[in-house]
Parts: sequence; C-alpha cells; structure tokens
Amino acid sequence: MNIHEYQSKQLLADYGVTVPDGHPAFSVDEAVEAAETLGEAPWVVKAQIHAGGRGKAGGIKIAESQEQVREYADELLGSQLVTHQTGPEGQTVRRLYIEEGVDIANELYMSLIVDRDREGIVLMASSEGGVDIEQVADETPEKIHKRLADPQLGLAEFQARQMAFDLGLEGGSVFEAVETMRNLYDLFTDLDCSLAEINPLVVTGDGEVVALDGKINFDGNGLFRHPDIRELRDESEEDEAELEAKRHGLSYVNLDGNIGCMVNGAGLAMSTMDIIKHYGGQPANFLDVGGGADTETVATAFKIITQDPEVQGIFINIFGGIMKCDVIANGVVNAVEEVGLEVPLVVRLAGTNVEKGRAILEETELDIIPADSMADGAQQIIDVVGIDE
Amino acid sequence: MSILIDDDTRVLVQGITGETGRFHTEKMLEYGTNIVGGVTPGKGGTEVQGVPVFDTVADAVEETDADASVVYVPPAFAADAIMEGADAGLDLVIGITEGIPVQDMVEVKQFLQGRETHFVGPNCPGVITPGESKIGIMPGKIHQTGPIGVISRSGTLTYEAVGQLTALDLGQSTCVGIGGDPVNGIDYINTLEMFADDDQTEGVVLIGEIGGTAEQEAADWIDANFDKPVAGFIAGQTAPEGKQMGHAGAIISGGSGTAEAKMKALESAGIAVTPTPADIGKTMADALEA
Repeated sequence: MNIHEYQSKQLLADYGVTVPDGHPAFSVDEAVEAAETLGEAPWVVKAQIHAGGRGKAGGIKIAESQEQVREYADELLGSQLVTHQTGPEGQTVRRLYIEEGVDIANELYMSLIVDRDREGIVLMASSEGGVDIEQVADETPEKIHKRLADPQLGLAEFQARQMAFDLGLEGGSVFEAVETMRNLYDLFTDLDCSLAEINPLVVTGDGEVVALDGKINFDGNGLFRHPDIRELRDESEEDEAELEAKRHGLSYVNLDGNIGCMVNGAGLAMSTMDIIKHYGGQPANFLDVGGGADTETVATAFKIITQDPEVQGIFINIFGGIMKCDVIANGVVNAVEEVGLEVPLVVRLAGTNVEKGRAILEETELDIIPADSMADGAQQIIDVVGIDE
Repeated sequence: MSILIDDDTRVLVQGITGETGRFHTEKMLEYGTNIVGGVTPGKGGTEVQGVPVFDTVADAVEETDADASVVYVPPAFAADAIMEGADAGLDLVIGITEGIPVQDMVEVKQFLQGRETHFVGPNCPGVITPGESKIGIMPGKIHQTGPIGVISRSGTLTYEAVGQLTALDLGQSTCVGIGGDPVNGIDYINTLEMFADDDQTEGVVLIGEIGGTAEQEAADWIDANFDKPVAGFIAGQTAPEGKQMGHAGAIISGGSGTAEAKMKALESAGIAVTPTPADIGKTMADALEA
C-alpha cells in the first residue's frame, strides 16, 4: 500500500526525522491559508499523487508570493499530472502539500528495503540525491552504498556512521544523518514497511539534515497490525477495478489487451496471459480467483472482466485441485445468466471433478466454447476474437 | 528413493483444528500420509479425524516421534508456528500459509540459522512424493511415481505441469513447492542438491516466475554442478513492471526480475526452456531423450 508524501512526512516527523514545515491543502484557499501560516516566502506547492517523477512533470512549483501560491494551486488542483510512472493518461491531482522553502547545500539519497536475496533489511544511500536512483545504479553503481541490518540488533550505530562518511558528510551533519538513518529504520520495522525512501535527503546551508521528500510503501500482508496506517489509504489513487477485486479477495491487474482471463492460482494466471501472447493474442488482465472461489466469487470476477470495454473475448482456465471443476462450472453458468454474455467465452477445465464440470457446461443452453487444454483454449479464443493489432 | 519425504515421514499438522487444517488432514490421510498428530494451542487432548491433538509441537514430538510438520496456521501466527516447529527439532517444516508479513519471514530465516530444520514455503502447495506421502494441499490424483523431480514457486501451475508429465507417463520422484513469497525457505539450489543425490530422479522440471533473481542463481549453479537434464518454464512473460501479480514475490521492480532475463539465464546454462506453459511435459520428455 502506498501513501502520499505529506502522510509519509508526518510519519517521518513522528519518528524524529527532520522535515520542512508544511500543510496539506484540498482547495486553493486552503493552499493560500497554509502559506500564510508557514510565514515567509518562498513556499513550495507540491502535487500529491502516488507516483514519482512529479518534479520533472511540473507537479512541484516554487512560489515567491501568496499570489503565486494561489496561481500554482489553481493550476495544479484538478489537473492530470503525467509522469514517467503514471502512464500516458496521468493521474488527477486532488491534494496539494504546501511547504516552507529550504536552503539546499547538498542532495543525498536514502532508502530502506527488504532485500529478497540477502533476506534482510538493507539501508541504501547515495551522494547522488534528487535524481532517479535506478539511473544512478545503472550509470555509477559505485556511488550507491549499502548496509545490511542485523535482524536482531537492527541497524547498528557504527553502520549508520560508516554510511554518513561514505556519503562524504562532515561535522555535525554526520551525527544528524546517523540519527535520521536510525529513526528511519525504527519506522520501517515498526510499521511493516516494504520501502521507506527519502529522495532527496538534503543538507542545508547550516548543516542540518532534512527530508525534502518522503515515500513510504507498506507490506500489504502486515497491514492487519496497523489499523492507523490503513486509514491513510487514498482509494482515489488506485485503479477502481483492482480495488473492487481486492474487496472480494480477488487478485486483478488491468492490462492493455482484449482477451479477458479468469484463472485459479497466480502462476497459472500469469502463464495463461503468456500463452495467449504466445499464440498472437493480447491479454486484457491478470485475474486469480484464488483457491477457494465459490459461485459468488466467480460471478464477481466475471463482472470485473466484462466491465473492461476493451474485452472482446474471455478465456477461463481452471486447474482444479482443492477447487472442484463442477463448482466452477456452476459458478460460470450462474454468472453468465446473471451478468449476460456479449462476447465469446472459452472454458478449459482440468483436475478434480473435470467430467462433472464439463457435463454442466454441455447441458446449458449458453454459448460456451469448451477447450481440452490450455493451448487449445488460448488458440480458440484468439480464433474467435481475432488478433488485436 | 525420493527427497525430503517418503512413507516413513511422521507428520504433524500445525493448526489442525482450523477449517483448512481439518480439511487437508482428511485429504492427506486419504492419500496415505502418515499423520501422527496435530497441534493447536489450547486444544490439546482432543482429536481430529482420529489424530491426537497437542498444545505444543514439543509435546507432540515427544509423544509421537514426529519428524515433519505442515503449517496451516493463519498469517498473523504462522511465523511463530514455523519457529516452534524448528525449535522442537523437526527435520522438516512446510509452511502452506499465504500472507505472512515479509519482515516476519526475515526473523524466521534468522531463527533457522544454525538449526537442522529444512523449511519449505511459505505460500506454497507443499511437498509430495507420489505413492508415499503428500504433505500440503495439492491434488494427489494427478501424480504418479516416476523419475522426474519438480521444483516450483507456484501452485496450480505446478499441477498443470504435473498433469502434463503424468499424461506422458512421466511420473514424479518428488514435487517441491518452494513458495511465492519474496523471502522463503529452501530455494532452487538446495532442492537441486537433493535431486542430484537422489537415484530415482532422472530429470528435473524447474518452474519459475517474475521477481527476484533466484532462477538466475539456480541457472549458474546448474551450469557448474548439475548433470541431470532440466526443463524450465518462467511465468509472467507478459507481466507489466511494478505490478504485483498475485504472489507477494511476483513483481518486476526497477527492470529486475523479468521473465526474459530468467529464460536467458536458464538457456545459457543449457536448460531446455519452453516459451509456452503447454509444453512443459513435452520439453522434459525431449530433454530426457537428448
């Protein structure tokens, strides 16, 4: 789960990381009011969307007067911000963050992640802050420094100190940076984060270490422990169909193609997309109905797939293990009767109770095309839909 | 022979009194798995399907001489259950549970260091040695005894592959689901090492998916150390970057963990890689004959 920058900064501040003063604003008037409260110019007007690359896309503006704050807030609120992470359609700006200006002497990068290869929490930092860290990793990997935290002891003070010296810090900034790293680590482990990134972390003209941006992602599997964090979710930033699927325990990802897929199991669902592509078609989605889907879940999945206007055909691919094919077949028949079927539907059933399942599909009046195998199913749906150019 | 489990394996079911634990205990018993006990804190002294239930894994081991366990405990308590199994000295703990917080797994991995216990999973279908023992949630019927070892991060995709193998009369020595989470127990290489030493296993099917670099490391290891034929498939060739595809570990991030990179690594290690999931069985059969 992602949250907005202003929410991340509140959490950072709660954990003792220095952040600039700022206030969220949901309207132009609130933005101007926030600037007044903050005091003297300059102010930074920042679009709040769940995507990176806002600065380059024009989503962050420096205002020298309150009139400018008004002007920029008016321009940004309600606009579609297109960054390299939003896709071409962009993301609607619904919230702003108004922040005091900071005197920047040096920009750094700092983050914590769960490193799957090293099976631990890794602190990563670079003297190249304020830019895309993946680009730094590609072009100058020697400028990225890493420290693996001990799962029991946490991030040791000496590791943070080494990191501060790796970053070229001097004087009081060293100790401020050490504090920042240790505080960030506490936040990361207390709140089941999957990413906590400060880019840039700046050293001011006075040598103070300040988080100028903040991006915190949470492990969805850990959210049950953090009801207060769940409250921070902004559903307007997420895909509607994906949210609807999640509410019903389905895993759905919308894609660009025209063949809707319904599959049990994540690996098989990915493979079903792959085989459609292999035979020249384009999958419209990833959809895993899970291991314990009942008639109702199948109907919901069916609705989500057919709501996508791009979908011109549907391929249901089920390998029954615990899930019985007759249950799925009944679910499909009920769903089609309830939702209606306006596009061709190919169903492949295998595994537990496959004969019963196929018999149910054969007996209905509905126009369901049966398939013997995954390959047969993929080829049949592509034959009827045609190849999407 | 086989790896990890056989008909002598004495199995405990952790979380046996829950709905999932109960259901799969029945299925495993039907298959012939030697289930000697169950564990649910506070339910000690009761029975499920005639299987005695204990309060702690330590008690259960003392009473039943169990050497393996399978964990059906809900995500919030699963990491603790895994550590309890390892602490009781079990040779093997298999975690079926999906949805364990990743930082819990980091702690589990640390806890397992220096202990003898093999941990498989979490978020996996389990382990089956056809005809002998089934520990997990996979359908027993699709399997048959034979020469092929299977290693996979997935559930139903593994059933698909096994179904294809069995249809070609290629039975399986042991099928191991290593799980779809980013931090997990035994990996491809640990499993391959066991298959290398197993006389029954003549070839291995390796099923991977997007996310991480475990398949690349396995490819390097196979290239240097493994002489038996391997057939490979990687799921997620059409998956977009930055989107989690069902499994917590199935995500391409920062251009790393793509199916393309994994397929390339496997191919350069001399592994027969099929681009389509429909040909996993056939690819294995061809690799055996080559």
